[in-house]
Amino acid sequence: MSLNALLPLLMVLSSLLVGLIIFFLPEERAGIRIALNLAAAVLKLILVGVMSWGVFFYGLEYEFRMPLLHSQELILHADALSILFVTLSTILWLVTTVYAIGYLEDSPHRSRFFGFFSLCVMATVGVAMAGNMITFLLFYELLTLTTYPLIVHRGTEEARRAGRTYLIYTMTGGVLILTGTVWLHAIAGSLDFSYGGFVSDLVDEHRTALIAIFVLLIAGLGVKAALVPFHGWLPQAMIAPAPVSALLHAVAVVKAGAFGIVRVVDDVYGVEVAANLGVTGPLAVLAGVTIIYGSIRALFQDDLKRRLAFSTISQVSYIVLGIAIAGPLATIGGLVHLVHQGVMKITLFFCAGNLAETLGIHKISEMNGVGRRMPWTMTAFTIGAFGMIGVPPLAGFVSKWYLGLGALEVGQEWVIYVLAGSSLLNAAYFLPILYAAWFKLPTDSWPDERAFGSGETAWTLLLPAVITAFLTLAVGLLASMPFSPLHWARFITTLEYLP
Amino acid sequence: MLSFLLPQRVKLLGLLIAAGVVAAVAALGWQVAELGAQRYAIGGWGAPLGIDLYADGLSLLMLMVNAVVCLGVSVYSTGYFNRAYFRRSRAIYFWPLWMFLWAALNALFLSSDIFNLYVTLELLGLSAVALVALAGGADALTSAMRYLLINLLGSLFYLLGVALLYHRFGSLDITILSQHIEPSPAVWVAMGLMTSGLLLKTALFPMHFWLPAAHASAPAPVSALLSALVVKASFYIFLRLWLEIFPVDSSVFGELLGVLGAIAIFWGGVQALRQTRLKMLIAYSTVAQLGYLFLAFPMASYFAWKGALFILLSHALAKTAMFMAAGNILHFGGHDRIQDFDHVVQYQPLTSAAFALAGISIMGLPPSGGFIGKWLLLEAAINSGQWWLVIIIIMGGLLAAAYIFKVIGYAFTQSRKSHQTRRVPIRMEWTALILAIAAILLGLIAPWPLAIMDIGLPFSGEAAG
Repeated sequence: MSLNALLPLLMVLSSLLVGLIIFFLPEERAGIRIALNLAAAVLKLILVGVMSWGVFFYGLEYEFRMPLLHSQELILHADALSILFVTLSTILWLVTTVYAIGYLEDSPHRSRFFGFFSLCVMATVGVAMAGNMITFLLFYELLTLTTYPLIVHRGTEEARRAGRTYLIYTMTGGVLILTGTVWLHAIAGSLDFSYGGFVSDLVDEHRTALIAIFVLLIAGLGVKAALVPFHGWLPQAMIAPAPVSALLHAVAVVKAGAFGIVRVVDDVYGVEVAANLGVTGPLAVLAGVTIIYGSIRALFQDDLKRRLAFSTISQVSYIVLGIAIAGPLATIGGLVHLVHQGVMKITLFFCAGNLAETLGIHKISEMNGVGRRMPWTMTAFTIGAFGMIGVPPLAGFVSKWYLGLGALEVGQEWVIYVLAGSSLLNAAYFLPILYAAWFKLPTDSWPDERAFGSGETAWTLLLPAVITAFLTLAVGLLASMPFSPLHWARFITTLEYLP
Repeated sequence: MLSFLLPQRVKLLGLLIAAGVVAAVAALGWQVAELGAQRYAIGGWGAPLGIDLYADGLSLLMLMVNAVVCLGVSVYSTGYFNRAYFRRSRAIYFWPLWMFLWAALNALFLSSDIFNLYVTLELLGLSAVALVALAGGADALTSAMRYLLINLLGSLFYLLGVALLYHRFGSLDITILSQHIEPSPAVWVAMGLMTSGLLLKTALFPMHFWLPAAHASAPAPVSALLSALVVKASFYIFLRLWLEIFPVDSSVFGELLGVLGAIAIFWGGVQALRQTRLKMLIAYSTVAQLGYLFLAFPMASYFAWKGALFILLSHALAKTAMFMAAGNILHFGGHDRIQDFDHVVQYQPLTSAAFALAGISIMGLPPSGGFIGKWLLLEAAINSGQWWLVIIIIMGGLLAAAYIFKVIGYAFTQSRKSHQTRRVPIRMEWTALILAIAAILLGLIAPWPLAIMDIGLPFSGEAAG
């Protein structure tokens, strides 16, 4: 086995091993735990760097194969699309680890938490690098199992209920995907992802079956991607600790669903075949509905994390929308939003966590004047929020620009109205928060204030938020530079449309 | 047998024998893998007069999983039947009975004639009943008594069928019978008798009523054995007869078995969900999982058989781990009420992990052995266009997830340590965990057991399906 084949395996195994070791570490060995976590994160970052270099400049394929079942293999594979997602999750994981260390200081069951945290990253990386449907399914289900303990980590009755809802939704979604995958295997005989899809020869013979499989797969993936009407678990899962919410929304669960939809449309069916089957249109409409619905629901939430949750429902559907419009420019927009939404949303969640940890603020109505008390946090929050609204030159603007252009390119003007409407709604639910934080006078005392020395809060909490806010700015400003997410999304789209 | 004589050394002896059997199975495994199916004539007489031992891929796999589970149970029992916790008079009976049971299982999987199968089945049943009664107390005795009656009834039916066949064809050897058999009233009656006897012992719905009580009231290692191996033994006999002796033209009957299996999956799942005691929950889960095995009959295709067998293997490992975990919890906290688990589970992370990992396999989530089995069954169902089976398999998985997470959900809630706890020997926790991990790993090494099944394939004729 060559070194190139080992790299993807190493990506997955590094977190697995770290996770297992952490389980057996005694609670008080925080030093070793932190060192292991960070070492694994940095190692991953290096591996991703090496692989993206190889993929881009030498057209290499990093692939690990292992037989799993008659004619089926476990494939871990680094192509351009998986590199995009892996890079996102690796960078954000590193940041979130720092944040979680600060956030969970002195709370019980840290070994358990960080153990599952590592396993969760392992599953995410596996989802990103899966080279066929069966491998994807394997890691996708693992992701469900490893996030469950994180969601119920607080151990309250409420957390247990939220965990149950989460399981009911995701397990049902999982079996839908399983059915679709087995069916697909029965028809197509192969499940390996390839640019432009692998089912084009079957369209004439199995048209109805292919449509049914598509519906099954998208419905199953839609549960994690929180498409309406499968979104009910997401606001409830807000009970989890802030770093978990951040990871769930920006990188792991929701993204895995969206990423899965990208894989199914682009690499299983292929954009043209999917359009030919007439399934992309309804998917685009569903995404549009989700975008508007999520935004409207967000307007009426007073709980900050719940408002962010509904905002996620709305924002993730941009990715689906971009893919479902089925044009090259829109695909670029969807793919780039996969990264952009992650960076922006994680910033917002870090800030929300900071407010809750430092001042005990959970509700928007308690945020009056908080900008003076915590200027750095609120600056980061502001950048994230402006990005979400789509103010140029921030990250969100780039995504929306490409989505709009892409829709016009294939003559679907209604998308423009959806984008405009959703931007207005975004502004409507973010601007009042910013106004209250910066311009209203603070109340006499905060709900539950804790002192953190001279700074506004602990540096482990502040630094991650500032870094991701900076990234939001950078990926927007430097969008046309090589190796920016946009650049990489163009690279993928070229591969998809010119197989 | 020796262990009757040497009660002091019994633990050591048990472990030595366990290791010996494992080595023997490994050697046999190598032989079968290299040379194909093996046949030994004891005493050199050979069929149709003497007793033959026969090993092909199927029996080899059964022996292997048998060896793994039994080794685990042996190690576990050294902790469980410790004098401090268990009355010594009872504990010393465990080992000889256990060795009998194991011997009976090994002989059963190696037998090649139907009378020999009967003898081993009877031996198996009797030692199992005695083991159930070992727990003591009125509950255990009642269910042991019931279990005994069921066992005798099942064996009686089976024996009648055997007698009929012998009368008709003058042979008991499976291979010889399969060459001579032809549809006739006598054969049908024999088949009916043997089938109902075996299904009673396999606890297929609606003949499952005896199982939960018997499995739940036995000591933990015994419950593990019963669920993992003993019910599988009669299923194994049934499968052999079905594939090799019974006339092929039995599709209606196959459908019926499939329907019963489907009902078992639902009934077992729903009942498991309703239980408030952990061991009862696990026992009903066995009823449901046994249902999966019978789903293969209406499809009767190559993949379906393999899927069912794979579920059988992974269930054996996972269920052993689960019962062991339940035993640990019971031992630690003194009760197995699911609602009060948060007091217990938090202080036994290894046991909880074992339960959760075994649960993954029972639910059929990847990458466990259960997943592979389910995948094969699903694919077979889709290939043969039997969509009702697809729905059953899917719903069964969801039900399993529901009842397993009902337990796991309590593992994360916070609560104080309850006042009365007893230390659990660490090896009991580890055995449970290792077996659970084995059930998961079975999914990752799937090609290997699947290839073993192909040696001397009893269902080769149907490979085309």
